[in-house]
Amino acid sequence: MLSQLQSLWQVFRHAFHRRQTVNYPEQQPYLPPRTRGRIVLTRDPDGEERCVACNLCAVACPVDCIALDKAEDENGRWYPDFFRINFSRCIYCGMCEEACPTYAIQLIPDFEMAEYRRAEMVYEKEDLLINGPGKYHDYNFYRVAGLAVGGKDKGEAEDEAPPTDPRRLMP
Amino acid sequence: MNVGIALLLFTGLLLSAALLTWLERRLLGLWQDRHGPNRAGPFGLLQPVADMIKILTKEDWIPPFADKAVFVIAPAIILGATLMAFAVVPLTPDLWVVDLNIGLLFFLAMTSVTVYAVALGGWSSNNKYSLLGGVRSAAQMISYEVFMGLSLAGVIMLAGTFNLREIVLAQAGLWFVVPQFFGFLAFFVAGLAESHRLPLDLPEAEHELTAGFHTEYSGMKFGMFFVGEYVGVVVTSAMIVTLFFGGWQGPWLPPLLWFCIKTGAFVALFVLLRAAIPRPRYDQLMAFGWKVLLPLTLVNFLVTGAVLLARQGN
Repeated sequence: MLSQLQSLWQVFRHAFHRRQTVNYPEQQPYLPPRTRGRIVLTRDPDGEERCVACNLCAVACPVDCIALDKAEDENGRWYPDFFRINFSRCIYCGMCEEACPTYAIQLIPDFEMAEYRRAEMVYEKEDLLINGPGKYHDYNFYRVAGLAVGGKDKGEAEDEAPPTDPRRLMP
Repeated sequence: MNVGIALLLFTGLLLSAALLTWLERRLLGLWQDRHGPNRAGPFGLLQPVADMIKILTKEDWIPPFADKAVFVIAPAIILGATLMAFAVVPLTPDLWVVDLNIGLLFFLAMTSVTVYAVALGGWSSNNKYSLLGGVRSAAQMISYEVFMGLSLAGVIMLAGTFNLREIVLAQAGLWFVVPQFFGFLAFFVAGLAESHRLPLDLPEAEHELTAGFHTEYSGMKFGMFFVGEYVGVVVTSAMIVTLFFGGWQGPWLPPLLWFCIKTGAFVALFVLLRAAIPRPRYDQLMAFGWKVLLPLTLVNFLVTGAVLLARQGN
């Protein structure tokens, strides 16, 4: 009985506490920078697409909302021919971001993507691509990867030694 | 009896019950650190209007397996009975619907009638959840009815009348809550159980019986149950004020304002109870009623009688 009165009093004291909720459309809530919201495809600092169409995000996605197809440009760089995310399926778990080896796919703190027609929730590559590097400003996959592409041969990546000829490595 | 005044008072009561749906949600919001409905009109005051429009335009569906006549009558009974119970409450020294010599008995009788609404509504729905809710409400209300009447025996003995206006007048010197504190406690719990409000809302019990007795109800028939419940809250608060807290009496302010302030405070307490106290298990509720509150009221009854007799003897 005493504990009931105590809880009554404690709940009453909440009348003088600060409210935890905000009046949403007028007052925007604070969203931490790592909030998982809308998904974007970022570009590297040179302005090229980061995505190498490895399909790891599509594999990691628990609801299979990512679809893409690989293409290759004249320099030998891989890029997605199309990249499609069905946001009416997406659960904003961030698995794709964790799976991505090139920091291409990122979740940003924007959640206001309501649509009247369901088909409009399907975002194509031109809807997803942004003109910036997102959360990782200096990362450029092809500049650190050992892969040879047009304009960068083997051994020319950052922190990479020139390739050794194993046949001349005699004791 | 003036018909105009009666209509005015009943309209006021229904309006305050409608406003209470808004007030309750705002207060719950306040105590749960959120805003509550604040969009429709200033402070969300037009929320009851919006709810009313919504509930009136909803499909008013009677399930084909229900007992149609009883199904329709049940919600009318609860609203009618609670409104009738309000008829005997004196708001000021000269403002009431009817001044009955047996006002208190009339109030107890009318609150007992509401159990029919709940039990019949649950039974006629022909649904297991509804039936369980109806059975629970019948058992709960019968057991709480017993000491609801007994808890008021002390007040009746002190005032020497069943007339509610004279009971209020008898509290001019000292509110009955002081000599009848245990009677007040028992009546408060019984009133809570009678209006089946949240700590004791076992007939509804969303979590175990979906919505209990009104599972099958929709549209305005559900609205009648809903409004009936809120009218019940206002009437119970008004009765607590009338019987134990001196009714309209108070310094400086006009009597009607005093009555409204006191009633509003008890309505807020009802909401606070909803916000703070979890629902007891069904057997706990029954055991509490029969094993704690009934003996308490009986002892209170006996002690009051003994004190009165001893005073008369001197």
